[in-house]
Amino acid sequence: MSKLLRRREVVAELLAKRGDTLVIAGLGAPAWDITHAGDHELNFPLWGAMGGAAMIGLGVALAQPKRRVLVITGDGEMLMGLGALATIAVAKPRNLAIVVLDNERYGETGQQETHTAHGVDLAGMAKAAGFAHACTVRTQAEVSRLKQRIYSGAGTLFAQIKVEGERLPLVLPPREGSLLKNRFRAALLGPEAAHQ
Amino acid sequence: MKKTAESAWPDEVHALLEAAGVRQVAIVPDAGHARLIRLCEKDKSMRVVRLTTEEEGVALLAGAWLGGEKGVLLMQSSGVGNCINMLSLPLACSFPLLMLVTMRGDHGEFNPAQMPMGNTTQPVLEALGVIVKRVDTAEDVTEMVSSTMRLAFNTYRPVALLIGQRIQGAKDFRKLTQSVPK
Repeated sequence: MSKLLRRREVVAELLAKRGDTLVIAGLGAPAWDITHAGDHELNFPLWGAMGGAAMIGLGVALAQPKRRVLVITGDGEMLMGLGALATIAVAKPRNLAIVVLDNERYGETGQQETHTAHGVDLAGMAKAAGFAHACTVRTQAEVSRLKQRIYSGAGTLFAQIKVEGERLPLVLPPREGSLLKNRFRAALLGPEAAHQ
Repeated sequence: MKKTAESAWPDEVHALLEAAGVRQVAIVPDAGHARLIRLCEKDKSMRVVRLTTEEEGVALLAGAWLGGEKGVLLMQSSGVGNCINMLSLPLACSFPLLMLVTMRGDHGEFNPAQMPMGNTTQPVLEALGVIVKRVDTAEDVTEMVSSTMRLAFNTYRPVALLIGQRIQGAKDFRKLTQSVPK
């Protein structure tokens, strides 16, 4: 068994040369990870709303069909909103990718095990829900292939990336919700966003 | 056939939503919303998103607004209970959110299981800080949807309109044991 992937390296690679990709991050470690890769106007990191990251991604993807939308979240967050896998598979947005960084733990609350530590297969659930492409990623080569697939932009995509359960220093994004929302909209929609 | 106020409001509300540029219609079906849902599904300017649970709709419509689109969440009062923590998202970020809630556990309810949530829908939402309006007469539904929608999108906050069970009539379970309506 090779060494597990490290979450911040994975996220840094996925977000390098992201262009105008719209990124939503689930609360906790995924929000710190995308911020570690570089705070960005087109990031919408969550501070709460656990279970909602993938659905926020769907709303953005339907509103912006020409943009790539990437949701980066954790296994605990995804487990809280599993129904979203069914809803998204049925909605079939062509431009939405959901990436779950699966450390098999609730990292922010004391490293308690999640169901994925006991065999729950999120990629299998996504596939069974109807995702055209759903995979489990364990190696660097697979991360590179995933990145290609994310940015080639065809179809709804789900990836469960098995990562090390390491504890890392937090890298906090701004936490005021209106600021995060308004800067995202201004960067995406231009100054007229303020007058919608 | 001329429509009565009871049957006309879904058509009027659909026209209102369309004119306001509502593009994403998030639904968990309810009998009270059945006609409005059908009208939205036929409307090519709208995208109806079926949910597994109502809180998905709260998150979906936050995403819609991030992407520059307006939406509406159609649900039954029991679904409000499913939304509570997710409503922290529009509340903390000042997202506009229009929720049209058909009431159960309200006027002449038959099903005891509908009572706890139906009877507390309004205070629960208000305790959270959601603005709540209510309509109990069919002829006022369209005007109330219009004003509620303006509150949501002009003042950037979650707003719910409760559509009273009296408007839709309580479901008669005993009658349904005799025959299934077409």
